[in-house]
Amino acid sequence: MPSLELVLNVALGGILAGLVYGLMALGLSVIFGVVRVVNFAHGEMMTIAMYLAVTLFAAFGLDPLIMLVPIAAVLFALGYAMQAGLINPFISRPEHSQFMLLVAIALIMTNVLLIVFGPDAQSVQTSYSLDSFLVGPLIVDATKAYAAVAALLVALALFVFFRFTLVGKAIRACADNYVGALVVGLDVKHLYALTFGLGAACVGAAGAMLVLVIDVTPPLGPALTLLAFVIVITGGLGSMPGALLGGVMIGLTEALAGLFFTPSAKSMFSFGLLVLVLLFRPQGILGKKAS
Amino acid sequence: MRGRLLDGVPRRAMAWLAALLAALLAAPWLANDYLLTVLIIILYFAYTGQAWNIMFGFAGQLSLGHAIYVGLGGYAAAALYVHFGIGPWIGLVAAVALGAACGAIIGFLAFRFGVGGVYFAILTIAFAEFARIGFDHFSWVGGSGGLFLPVANYSQSDIWNLRGKPIMFYYVILALTVATFLLCHVLLRSRVGYYWQAIREDEAAARALGIDTFRYKMYAVVISAGMTSVAGVFFAFYYNNLFPEQVFSIGRSIEIILGPMIGGAGTLAGPIVGAFLLTGLAETMWELLRAVGLDAPGTRQVFYGLVLLVIIIVQPAGVWPWLARLLGLEKPRS
Repeated sequence: MPSLELVLNVALGGILAGLVYGLMALGLSVIFGVVRVVNFAHGEMMTIAMYLAVTLFAAFGLDPLIMLVPIAAVLFALGYAMQAGLINPFISRPEHSQFMLLVAIALIMTNVLLIVFGPDAQSVQTSYSLDSFLVGPLIVDATKAYAAVAALLVALALFVFFRFTLVGKAIRACADNYVGALVVGLDVKHLYALTFGLGAACVGAAGAMLVLVIDVTPPLGPALTLLAFVIVITGGLGSMPGALLGGVMIGLTEALAGLFFTPSAKSMFSFGLLVLVLLFRPQGILGKKAS
Repeated sequence: MRGRLLDGVPRRAMAWLAALLAALLAAPWLANDYLLTVLIIILYFAYTGQAWNIMFGFAGQLSLGHAIYVGLGGYAAAALYVHFGIGPWIGLVAAVALGAACGAIIGFLAFRFGVGGVYFAILTIAFAEFARIGFDHFSWVGGSGGLFLPVANYSQSDIWNLRGKPIMFYYVILALTVATFLLCHVLLRSRVGYYWQAIREDEAAARALGIDTFRYKMYAVVISAGMTSVAGVFFAFYYNNLFPEQVFSIGRSIEIILGPMIGGAGTLAGPIVGAFLLTGLAETMWELLRAVGLDAPGTRQVFYGLVLLVIIIVQPAGVWPWLARLLGLEKPRS
């Protein structure tokens, strides 16, 4: 039986990593909440951001935490282009058509990364990779702490944007009433693209941070997509605080499962949690009842 | 029976089918070993695509985790063979039972608790992933190290143990594909088939008309799952190895879907046309790339993705409806 201190340390590590996953899932949730499209290429976009961070670090020694903003900007552009060019024409098509479109995009992304970067795992070793803080009896991993704080800041910025700016309000209007938004003259297609871009920017920021915590390989993409699904469904698809809460819950579950059982089986617990949530509270923990 | 089976099938379609069947039956004498293995892959995807199509194309339930049934079927038959020496034909019964039971559990949970649309698709992925990680830790069947079947002496074919040359596997998968095609043809025009199509088009309306939608959706999942497990048995005995990371991976589920989606979901010919088109094009492209030295791993999947992207944008209903019009095979709409 592991000691209480170890359990608390592992739990804290799980919570901090969970916040980064939560930020990734937040992107998925924002996109679904407004555009009503489930982004099956979400994790693949995350790996693109991670490879950007790794490449920038390897080539120019640029710290991923500083590169977070430009990487988010690149992903924003990618997301905007995807929505404007490919997904907008699919808005009124059946759900499965949208799925297949994004599955196709995901397949292309993963395998282009495989062709370009090869199958080997790549990582970033910063000067503070091994630093840690002592908080009472707890040892806090510095990279995880920085990443978690940055994730919270990005999430806060997004929240402020949606709550208090005019564009944010317009996007929320589109989400509430598509036809109404069209009637009052909002450029819905542009706002959708903007939203997809913002969701992608979350992924970009989260990806830049995640390279500090885990290695990146091309097949990580589909795994992260699934993780994002698990998180947003647990927290409530379309709910912003739900995504962060879901991330923390999944991070915590996986960390503790890895400690008490075997690390390679930890995902079974999050899938188990997902199945339970789907069956007994399909709208998620913080989600609103589906209309 | 014969009359019913052929009822309403245009003469021209029958001529095409007969020609195709004759060509496929004669193929082993015309094709070299390489082409034969390609044909086996094509028929394998035609078969699994047809099985998947029952659930999505006929009944409108999108499964993105069909690899779970392939894996369970394959593992069931292979484990019985390796551990107890029980032949694949008896193993097949166990495989189908296991696959159908798994389908029934997923279907029951999803339909009873009202998990639909996006959520249903994700639930199916979650089960497949759950199985993948579970089998990674299931040491009786080799865990993540894989389960291997003893490789047979290829000088003779032993149909009872499914050990033999590619030509035997070719005829087995051809027979399966033909049988499924006929079964789907019958199903589609049966009462169940019409109920499925009603559910696919508008579930609420179907229920309002008195269709027990829960029961008929269950039928679709169970039949589709059972049929897909048969493909798993074939997979296990043809390739002689099973790895959880490969058989249960989401990539495998996507591969199953590609054929019918590209060929035309909900049509009988769609999965077959899609399998031929996709695998045929992919192999051709692979050969061309190899000739110029660009055959990096991943190019095939990029190609699949591009084909899917183009089809879904240009011909969302798939290639077959368009091709059928072109060949003058379109059924008169009733």
